Amino acid sequence: MAEEHIILQNVHKEFQRKDHAPTIALDDVTLSIKKGEFVSLLGPSGCGKSTLLNIVAGLEKETSGSLLVNNKPIKGPGNDRIVVFQESGLFPWMSVLDNVMYGLLIKKVPKQEAKERALDWLQKVHLGKFAHALPHELSGGMKQRVAIARALVTDPEILLMDEPFAALDEQTRMVLHMELDKLWRETGKTIIFVTHNIREAVVLSDRIVLMKTRPGGIKNIFPVQAARPRTSSDSILVHLENRILTELEQEMEKVLKEELGSDYALKTDDLRVDPNNNMGSDI
Amino acid sequence: MLILITIWEAISKFDVFPAFMWPPLIIPNDPGGVTVLKTLVNGIIDGQLLEATGSSLIRLFIGFFIAVVIGFVLGFLIYKYKIVDDTLGFFVTSLQAIPNIVWMPLAILWFGLGVGSVIFIVILGAALSITITSSTAFKSVPPLLIRVASTMGSTGIHLFRTVIFKSTIPQQIAGLRLAWALAWRAVLAGELLGGSGGLGTLLDLGRSIQAMDLIFSIMIIIGVIGSFIDNFIFVRIERFVLRKWGILTT
Ligand SMILES: Nc1ncnc2c1ncn2[C@@H]1O[C@H](COP(=O)(O)OP(=O)(O)OP(=O)(O)O)[C@@H](O)[C@H]1O
Ligand SMILES: [Mg+2]
Repeated sequence: MAEEHIILQNVHKEFQRKDHAPTIALDDVTLSIKKGEFVSLLGPSGCGKSTLLNIVAGLEKETSGSLLVNNKPIKGPGNDRIVVFQESGLFPWMSVLDNVMYGLLIKKVPKQEAKERALDWLQKVHLGKFAHALPHELSGGMKQRVAIARALVTDPEILLMDEPFAALDEQTRMVLHMELDKLWRETGKTIIFVTHNIREAVVLSDRIVLMKTRPGGIKNIFPVQAARPRTSSDSILVHLENRILTELEQEMEKVLKEELGSDYALKTDDLRVDPNNNMGSDI
Repeated sequence: MLILITIWEAISKFDVFPAFMWPPLIIPNDPGGVTVLKTLVNGIIDGQLLEATGSSLIRLFIGFFIAVVIGFVLGFLIYKYKIVDDTLGFFVTSLQAIPNIVWMPLAILWFGLGVGSVIFIVILGAALSITITSSTAFKSVPPLLIRVASTMGSTGIHLFRTVIFKSTIPQQIAGLRLAWALAWRAVLAGELLGGSGGLGTLLDLGRSIQAMDLIFSIMIIIGVIGSFIDNFIFVRIERFVLRKWGILTT
């Protein structure tokens, strides 16, 4: 268990832009993730969470620094690291079942077995009845569940999830939290989980990486020591949630200030922001 | 439709224009005289019109098939390599601004009067159009789908076959439909100027012997074939695909 699975060392990522200074999406990120660890990335919009995830996935190349997976540098994407994206990205011309079988067939799993495993996973996300439907016949939340099934069925060593539950209703989200937690405990997968939802992060993770923006990077790392299975009302979790919220608010405040510049003071006056809010973030 | 036919017949009956310019469609002006319908039916029975239609269609198919292959390959190269896009892409777009028929004198000089030059302008017209539509289609593949496939381990030809190409099918079909219409026009224009048989050449013959009934019969055939292929082949495929892709929901 103590083995390092993913090691990021001084990872730096810039995006070139026309007629602009390059955007620094990630600045000097160093992070190592153990085998079987569940790590959440949390932070304001634009702080480089997706970029970090895509670098680990091999979909983007770091500008400098190094990335090791199983102590080896990676060469592009690979099916040991599957990504669940924010949008489902189902192939519209394939049935739900074919979508879920796609990754298995690439791994040369025999067709019959692939079908059984795919159906099994569709059942788990409560979509067994929709195996032969086309993606456009599903709702947004249903599509996202298919996308999750499609990723999990391939049984990757590393699962990279970019706000996978953001589009779901509370009910489905809870079911999938439990499902994911169970899967993670049973299979010992290494999971990097991007989210905006602090509660979600606190309930699911071993560690929470709070990110900052401009330039994007790591602001703080919070270990979560509560026993599993967890409920969000656990007092340790509630306490942690508040601590993270305070830090996140500071960061958000900073972003707002930069974005609105000198207008910022004016705006807050206009809106008559609750003074207690400001006090918390001035600390 | 019926009203148009009636008006037409009336004009021809009242001798507003001489019969060679305005022949009756169905009812002959004098017993046993010419009508468009009779010429059409006779032409089909004695094989003259059928033969001409057949040879036009064969040229069309050959030219169109070659154009599809060329168009797809060029379209793909333009999508894949920026350098090809900047050079060839620009060139193709400029060439497409030239109407097909303008190439005919050049084609005749290169390939002589005959089948060669007709097929040449069919290929040219359709291939340029397909190059543009297919490269546009490839460029518009959602990056998310490519990312999904690559993270699942799909690369190279597999990625192209299972995702990139599949995702462009609705646009490719629209592109083929457009190119088909262009090719159909090109084959007729080519035959009209370049001889070598086919409906276009027969039209030219009709003009030189002042046989309006023949010209009309050919125009009817051209219209019928054109709209038949469009409505019964392309529109159906397009509907099926759009429905499957969820773009069309009725
Ligand atoms: N392909 C790209 N080209 C240029 N800039 C990019 C690109 N992708 C991301 N960026 C920039 O990098 C920064 C980080 O983006 P990223 O998508 O990683 O943010 P994020 O933390 O995932 O945000 P969100 O929570 O809104 O999804 C942003 O400033 C964004 O503008
Ligand atoms: Mg993101």
